[in-house]
Amino acid sequence: MTDTTATPREAAAVRPLWHVVLVRPETMTFVLLILGIFIGSQISPYFLDVAYILKSFTLYAEFGMVALVLTMVIIAGEIDLSPAANMALSAAIFAFAQANGVPMPLAILIGLGAGVLMGVFNAFMVIALQIPSIIVTIGTLTAYRGLAQVLAGDQSIRVPEWYIGIDKVMVLGIPLPVVIFIILSIVLGLVLGLTVFGRQIYLIGTNEVSARYAGVRAKRIKAALFILMGFMSAVAGLMTASRLGSVRYDLGLGGELQMVLMAMLGGTYIFGGRGTILGTFLAAWLLVIVSTGMIVANWLPATQLCVLGVLLIVSIIATNFIYSRTQR
Amino acid sequence: MSAVLNFLIRRREAGIFVMIVLFCLFVGVQKPQFLTLDSLRIVLLLTPLIMIGAMGQMMVIVARHVDLSIGSILGLSAMVSGMMFRYMPDMPWFLCFPLSIGTGMLLGFVNGLLITTFRLPAIIVTLGTLNLYRGLTFIISNAKQIDRQYVPSILKSMSQPSPTLAVPLIIFLSFAIAVATYWFLMHTRIGRQIFALGSNPVAAPLRGINVTQVTLLVFTLSGALSGLAGIMYASRWGFVNPSNTGAGFEFQVIAAVVIGGVSINGGVGTVLGTVLGVLLLGCVGAALPLLGIPGTTQNAIYGSVILVALLIDRLVRAQGNRGVTQRAGASS
Repeated sequence: MTDTTATPREAAAVRPLWHVVLVRPETMTFVLLILGIFIGSQISPYFLDVAYILKSFTLYAEFGMVALVLTMVIIAGEIDLSPAANMALSAAIFAFAQANGVPMPLAILIGLGAGVLMGVFNAFMVIALQIPSIIVTIGTLTAYRGLAQVLAGDQSIRVPEWYIGIDKVMVLGIPLPVVIFIILSIVLGLVLGLTVFGRQIYLIGTNEVSARYAGVRAKRIKAALFILMGFMSAVAGLMTASRLGSVRYDLGLGGELQMVLMAMLGGTYIFGGRGTILGTFLAAWLLVIVSTGMIVANWLPATQLCVLGVLLIVSIIATNFIYSRTQR
Repeated sequence: MSAVLNFLIRRREAGIFVMIVLFCLFVGVQKPQFLTLDSLRIVLLLTPLIMIGAMGQMMVIVARHVDLSIGSILGLSAMVSGMMFRYMPDMPWFLCFPLSIGTGMLLGFVNGLLITTFRLPAIIVTLGTLNLYRGLTFIISNAKQIDRQYVPSILKSMSQPSPTLAVPLIIFLSFAIAVATYWFLMHTRIGRQIFALGSNPVAAPLRGINVTQVTLLVFTLSGALSGLAGIMYASRWGFVNPSNTGAGFEFQVIAAVVIGGVSINGGVGTVLGTVLGVLLLGCVGAALPLLGIPGTTQNAIYGSVILVALLIDRLVRAQGNRGVTQRAGASS
């Protein structure tokens, strides 16, 4: 009792370097990804065709972009379930504006602005009013989707011919949405991993009170993340509108599952403070492989839904298990 | 004036009651036919499903969790009974009650088990099972709807005005559930433990409350009540559809519960408040067609109701804190 420095925690053996590098959730994601490609290639030769995989990825690139930002929000200890509804509403506002004669560039700006405003509203409720983000974003999820339904009704709003087909635009043989996703991953990965801002996000998620005492402007950073989330959802919404060629209120319906799943599969810790952009990046590809595999194997959409639901639960159990064993 | 406002905010039930009255008067001024017994019947017919679901969700939220999967539990347990009606018409029809409630209990128990065993947040688990259970509904039903002719007419008649009582049976049933919930929460040991757990999850185990048991119980009950709501759905609408039945149910129920004054921070909530919250939603639902507002606005309204309720909840907390600090200041 006299020697207080030698606590059991400090007395524990130092983990070898290979242990630190290899035993982490991202490794699990990577192994599963390789496994997925291998199994996929046994089902269908298409899986070894890079062009086919890239083409499939365009269907998930929008969700993937949002999932990258969602990863940062979850690391900061919050959650946002509203981005899919935000996508629908900002796309509906954009489509509604341009259908009523607003010039296209302005309509795009209005759509993006609407997304930012929705993010600001989430941030206001969560940060200024201190209401838990879980319940706030359940509310805004319903409200945003409902407003999109009010605006678009049961009809689909067409967008101009030249605006359609962002997924058909190729950059160096890679579809544009995939390029955007990859660039965004690199940028956000660097921001989260190397900048002071990024490290502060981890600190907030680990212990917000101590982060405040350490001089981190926790509220401001969290608000910025929610607003970034709103902006990214709007970008994703407008990209989806371009891919589909028209906007209905059910655009991206149920997308929150995919987004949360990407973040969780990538080893983001649901209670905050841990996780990487690399993990979510890998998980997005894993999800594409799994989904495409199920489509190629001719599974019913319902079965696919079940698999995604189970995958979500299994992935958080596995992630929690790995963290509980390695990073006490 | 501010004293009145303060009272209405403190006594949340009184506040919601005033809101219901004001809303009815507002609609009644524009459409006098809204203030008739006939529309009261419409209001009451809209509420049983939400009422039953809200009782379960209320317990879950009081225990500081949230259950997003109730809509899918409703769908799956309704489908199980529907399958019995369709493929085993010889079975006595009332077997649907144990069947659906049992299915709901099982599904809710699975939620609770995942949450307690692996210490996972309820929101993510139920987001997963929301999709899992919906998928299972499609799989067991082979994506086919159970049509009207399969649902026993005696079950459907429960939603029709009965000759002796003039009010459909399911309305009585839903109020009976509310009374039972009141008794359970206020007069049993484990009911009080739910409140204790929600008010302070850290202190609850120190007071000898078995947190695992209580958490499992609230999710199982929430599932069982959703299962019962599944039968009510079959009774009310006369069909069970794999994709529509129960879809979006969770949002209506959460809206009713939070407007009813159940605090999202756990430990606070009354059955009376929740019942009034359900009735308010019922009034809104009945008024929309009368006012000529299209049905597409419903989701937007539920969403705004949730957000407004959260703001009120926040206001109440601010008031409560001020009261405490004032008292502290007075004593020093």
